Amino acid sequence: MRNVFRLKVGPVSFRIGSQWREPVAALRRLYAGYPEPEGVCDFTVRLEAERMWRRWLRPSVAIRGDYVLPDAAPLPLALGLLAAEMAMNLQMALGQKQFLLLHAASVERDGRALLLTGHSGAGKSTLAALLGERGWRFMGDEFALLDLEDGRLHPFPRAVSLKNESLGLLNGVDPARLGPVLTGTPKGTIRHLRPNPEAVARMGEPARPALILFPRFGRDLEPAIREVGAAESFMRLTQASTNYVALGERGFDALTRFVGALPSMAIDYADTAQGQALVDQLWRTG
Amino acid sequence: MREARLLVRLLADPARVGEVRDWTSLIALARAESLIGSLACRLEGLDLPARVEALLEAARRDGESARVQALWESEMARRALAPLGVPVILLKGTAYAAAGLDAGRGRSIGDLDILVERPALADVERALLAAGWEWVKEDSYDDLYYRRWMHELPPLIHRERDRMIDVHHAILPLTARPRPDMEAMIADRVPLADGLFILSPPDMIVHAAAHLFADGDMAGGLRNLWDIDRLLREFAERHPDFWPALRERARRHRLLSAVERAVRLAHHLYGTPADWGRLKATDALYRRRLLARDGWGRAKRPLTRLGFYVRSHLLRMPPLMLARHLWVKARKR
Repeated sequence: MRNVFRLKVGPVSFRIGSQWREPVAALRRLYAGYPEPEGVCDFTVRLEAERMWRRWLRPSVAIRGDYVLPDAAPLPLALGLLAAEMAMNLQMALGQKQFLLLHAASVERDGRALLLTGHSGAGKSTLAALLGERGWRFMGDEFALLDLEDGRLHPFPRAVSLKNESLGLLNGVDPARLGPVLTGTPKGTIRHLRPNPEAVARMGEPARPALILFPRFGRDLEPAIREVGAAESFMRLTQASTNYVALGERGFDALTRFVGALPSMAIDYADTAQGQALVDQLWRTG
Repeated sequence: MREARLLVRLLADPARVGEVRDWTSLIALARAESLIGSLACRLEGLDLPARVEALLEAARRDGESARVQALWESEMARRALAPLGVPVILLKGTAYAAAGLDAGRGRSIGDLDILVERPALADVERALLAAGWEWVKEDSYDDLYYRRWMHELPPLIHRERDRMIDVHHAILPLTARPRPDMEAMIADRVPLADGLFILSPPDMIVHAAAHLFADGDMAGGLRNLWDIDRLLREFAERHPDFWPALRERARRHRLLSAVERAVRLAHHLYGTPADWGRLKATDALYRRRLLARDGWGRAKRPLTRLGFYVRSHLLRMPPLMLARHLWVKARKR
């Protein structure tokens, strides 16, 4: 591979190779200040032409690596950065077996971590990014890594991917932290935000989880807080995990300990300020 | 391909682990060849960098959960088919795992492959459909093609467990030139404790060699040849007259040349203790194909691969039939 970029995010490291210069250049800019992994990388990602001639002719980037989905559609070269991000996610979703992988965002305050999980569109990325700019330590917006032995959450602070209406959140942020505006992606307009220097500097520090939160965003929703039972929380988290089944008994043990030891709550909110207020309220009383 | 040769050397002789300079490349390659679990088991207990050890430990656990899942799936098939009273013979990875063979250590196992007598096929199909398996392919040409010419039913998938089963009645397509003696193969089956069966040791090798060299385009060949090496070592140690028995059996199934090639290449690449002569000129081509992958996990040597792809079709059917088959397939695109 001509263009290689090695990236460490929390306890996970990637080796990314690309046939083209542009995606690697974009990654280098977006992940400026991240540490270079030492020694072996957990996953290899390949950004290469789907067919040989597509390297030059209407170039399109196939999403490949150690683990592949046979029907993953390639992206145009202009979206090479998104292809790299998706390829890293794919390696995690299919290949990560050292932690219980939860599709969730997480933030930390005073050594205690808050897990935010829910369907795509529930607002976990936006809320975590917002909290990360307002006194919390941002730990990740895509995956939370639950330690199978000691039950702590490991940070995985990749660049935050903000979509469509959430892009307004970026007003006033240091432009050096922003990736290019990616239009026409399968999920609309996307822009990446590098987590702040504290999140990057402390990516090696796991935190003890204190609260599981299921946020729900909707313009017409009345603000509400509801308790979630351990059984419901468990079921929803198995659905939010990509490797729960593959981990077998260890996954079951880790997840039952997790939901048994901490409270689970759900919130409804209609805008991010309201969401943040509800989180603060829960955090103070919890 | 430097990394592929290194992977092969390490599998054969884990003590050479000091030769590894680039673990990331080795692991990417081993994952691409589905050999990561086998490699992890071979390197267990050696003094390795901590991060490498953590990755290999995860691969070993993965292999273990693959084993448990495969055995559960074979138990599900056993329960579905037990009322029929026909012998059900496990093949490939599930057979190695069920029999506790060394070849099963750390091995990834995908589909459940079973072999039944051809006359029992319709009953087996009905029983599986009744127990929750469904057709994967809805296409009538594919379905007809499988039923008329292949050595297996069209693949079935279980609607709840999402696992595939391949029901074989022979080990090669009916259109292939060698016609193995399936009656003898089924008659010589070996019982397992739960009522299922596996092939006899020589037939297991014959099947693995047929699968590798007389069928298919050698995709995953490095792993299949590793299976053969492990099986040969274990059988030869257990049965003093294994080697002549293997030769005799391979001749009977008209697959002696495939088995000889497997033994020569396994000896050459993995150091299998069997001297069946030097590599032949054609073996070098196979070797070239087996090692055609780099440290990024990328398929290399496109012309060699294409050659083996074309060959795989020619092995399966005579040229005129192939032309018709490709014509039908092309029109459907």
